[in-house]
Amino acid sequence: MQSEIILRMEGISKSFPGVKALQNVDFVLRKGEIHALMGENGAGKSTLIKVLTGVYEKDAGQIILDGRNVVCRSPQEALSMGIGTVFQEIALCPNLTVAENMFIGRSQNSFVRWKEMNAKAAQLLDSLGIPASPTQELSSCSIAVQQMVSIARAIDMDCKILILDEPTSSLDEDEVKKLFALMRELKARGVGIIFITHFLDQVYEISDTITVLRNGELIGEYQTAALSQIELISKMMGKALSDVSEMKKQEPQTSSDSVPVFEATGLSSAAGVRPFDFRIEKGEVNGFAGLLGSGRSESVRAIFAADKVTSGEVKINGKKVKLKTPLDAMKNGIGYLPEDRKHEGIVGELSVRDNIILALQVMKGFFRPLSRKQAEEFANEYIEKLGIKTPSINTPIDSLSGGNQQKVVLARWLLTHPMYLILDEPTRGIDVGTKVEIQKLVLRLAEDGVSLTFISSEIDEMIRVCSRLIVMKDREIVGELSGMNVTEQDAMHMIAQGGKGHV
Amino acid sequence: MSKLKKHINRSSHLFLPLSVLVLLIIVNLIKGADYFRITMVNGAFYGNIPNILFGASELVILSIGMTLVTAASRGQDISIGENGAITSAIFVWYVLNAGEVTLLTILVGFFISCVAGILIGAFNGTLVSVFNVQPMVATLILFLGGRSIAFMIDGKVSPILANEISNKIGTVIPGIPIHTPIILTAVFIAIVAVVLKKTNLRLYVESVGINPSAVRLNGIDPKKIIFLTFLIMGVCSAVAGFIAVNKAGRHDSVNLLKFIMMDAILAVALGGNSLGGGKFSITGSIIGAYTIEMLNRTLLRLEVNPEAIKAFKAVFIIVLMVIASPVVRVFVRKVLDKAKTIGKASSLSTPDSRQMD
Repeated sequence: MQSEIILRMEGISKSFPGVKALQNVDFVLRKGEIHALMGENGAGKSTLIKVLTGVYEKDAGQIILDGRNVVCRSPQEALSMGIGTVFQEIALCPNLTVAENMFIGRSQNSFVRWKEMNAKAAQLLDSLGIPASPTQELSSCSIAVQQMVSIARAIDMDCKILILDEPTSSLDEDEVKKLFALMRELKARGVGIIFITHFLDQVYEISDTITVLRNGELIGEYQTAALSQIELISKMMGKALSDVSEMKKQEPQTSSDSVPVFEATGLSSAAGVRPFDFRIEKGEVNGFAGLLGSGRSESVRAIFAADKVTSGEVKINGKKVKLKTPLDAMKNGIGYLPEDRKHEGIVGELSVRDNIILALQVMKGFFRPLSRKQAEEFANEYIEKLGIKTPSINTPIDSLSGGNQQKVVLARWLLTHPMYLILDEPTRGIDVGTKVEIQKLVLRLAEDGVSLTFISSEIDEMIRVCSRLIVMKDREIVGELSGMNVTEQDAMHMIAQGGKGHV
Repeated sequence: MSKLKKHINRSSHLFLPLSVLVLLIIVNLIKGADYFRITMVNGAFYGNIPNILFGASELVILSIGMTLVTAASRGQDISIGENGAITSAIFVWYVLNAGEVTLLTILVGFFISCVAGILIGAFNGTLVSVFNVQPMVATLILFLGGRSIAFMIDGKVSPILANEISNKIGTVIPGIPIHTPIILTAVFIAIVAVVLKKTNLRLYVESVGINPSAVRLNGIDPKKIIFLTFLIMGVCSAVAGFIAVNKAGRHDSVNLLKFIMMDAILAVALGGNSLGGGKFSITGSIIGAYTIEMLNRTLLRLEVNPEAIKAFKAVFIIVLMVIASPVVRVFVRKVLDKAKTIGKASSLSTPDSRQMD
């Protein structure tokens, strides 16, 4: 590949108090190239992007755009230089129209020329093959189309560089395909694309080049075709990956006379899951499999009484109990790590320490606070146990990387010593290293006799960890797969056929 | 050294109110070097500082409640002055109708007014937590109607509270050199400190203010906590009303604690608290409240025309808020960093002086 270089970043360094986020990092982007920027959480990917787009000011190094040395002070300035960015969360206004979203805040005039704007939007949408009409309200589009509109917004001006920071994490497979088609279209036009994602398969499907960062340092730039997945992972983690294959899941213990740890019959909730039966044995790891929106999260939320339970009977260790609120579930030894870490998991500005002790503290009660010393001991214990990377226990949790935040939320539940722990997408948006750690932790907990329900969008991960898969479709359980020899194919088939192709 | 640094870091939110306090003291000392002079009159302390402590009593108590309401509900209670007017009207009504005034009647009256305060808090709290009304809108009801209710309880203009005990509560108890409202405020602060120490109030309130949905999944009912902060606010209003009416010696339903919510909200903001809820510092609010009182008195001391005081205060606050804003803070830090690196380069200090904190 000898196409011309449009962006060259040389010797970029950036440090925050106590952390060297980037050290002497080089990065090169060529015309018409899809360049994956890879690294674990905290490796410095986002920092590099933020330096490029002017969110952060660099400490050292230079940025050369089209042969000119540039200094970028704000994302607006970056945009005017032809650098467009699309972030993971869609930063558009759902109640405005598609065209308004594309042009808001960038018109030179104080007055809007609606006709012209809509015509321009229509032309752009059409040329990119985005199935949306300019006058349509954005909220009426699917998430994927909304994501594409934000791309259209980013590249509307004469864009040379497009940065996609985890654009696919909320998309399903079909939507990802559409997004990739759009990316290829842009590539053909000569746009250089920087692509950040945690999905390795997607990297191999679409990217030409991979740059790997680790702990703020550049590990290297590679041709995607010449770098195997295992090599990539070991470069990202800095160690060989033999321990991934070492993982051994538990043989399901289904002696019919044993009393299940948790058993529900005809359980349903206000979130709209059909009445279902569910049981889990001591030390069992099972999982709800199914597509996004199939009702897997709603089911576990019903178990934890996170949504209003509308019907059903629950037995814990054979004894009938009534679980009306999350607190009831917690008092009965159930823990629940929610899918949406940011909005339902972490308590942002609160310290790592307070985040770790939160659930235990609530169970102890309002009038029995842990002493400061006790709280610090607990926090330090779990920071060490789970290898949480944090400058101190007093650091606000929202300044940690995603993987470490998730570990803190996990620590919160482990500290309550639950009998039954529900993990809803514990590995989403998390680097490979932490993913493997969490999977191993799940299996270790099961060995210690904890029952776990594990949900993941990545089916291979579930197969690796769960001894029983409950398959859901359209808010209903359609079948079950168990045994040591379940394959991805089996699970896919069952999801696709709605349980008719029973194994 | 590093311990000290840590300590400073932890209390960095106190930087703003403390620096304002220092600034005001400097201004006052320039005006007259005898600023700190305390004299003994009839066995009690008098002087600028005792006056500030005396004058700020109600404000301090109200800003404690306001801090909690703000932290949990992400909004403010604007009816606190009116609530204090109602509860103190009830107190006066009871005392005037209970026959001979003894310490017991005063205590029972105080207790009844606290119950009234809790009921008012429950009313506001229900609107906010159960019906999801914005705190300012919910408390607007009593802000508008509260003084009429207080007037109706009074039944006439300004009933006089002329008895020995009220006088002692409002001024001094013979033999004790410190004014009673100052002592009551100190006791109140001590009680709040004990409550914060012995319960999880801080953790619950902060968590609810930061992320109610996460907190719900950890077994805390955010509605209950928001409701609780309004109950506490109700008690604060009742105590403040009690002090105010005993100070005044009569119940003026129109002017008692008038517009004090403005100063209370300001005290919370000045104390380094976010008005958007979440983490809070009661120490900051208390210092903020005393600072506001000092500001008022400083302007008077500088012989600013009483009519113009409000304008001066407004200008002062604007300057303050701009200085304390994150924009300016980031800028100052950058300038300081640059100065530091230049200083380092010229002094050829040890190469490993990178700071880790």
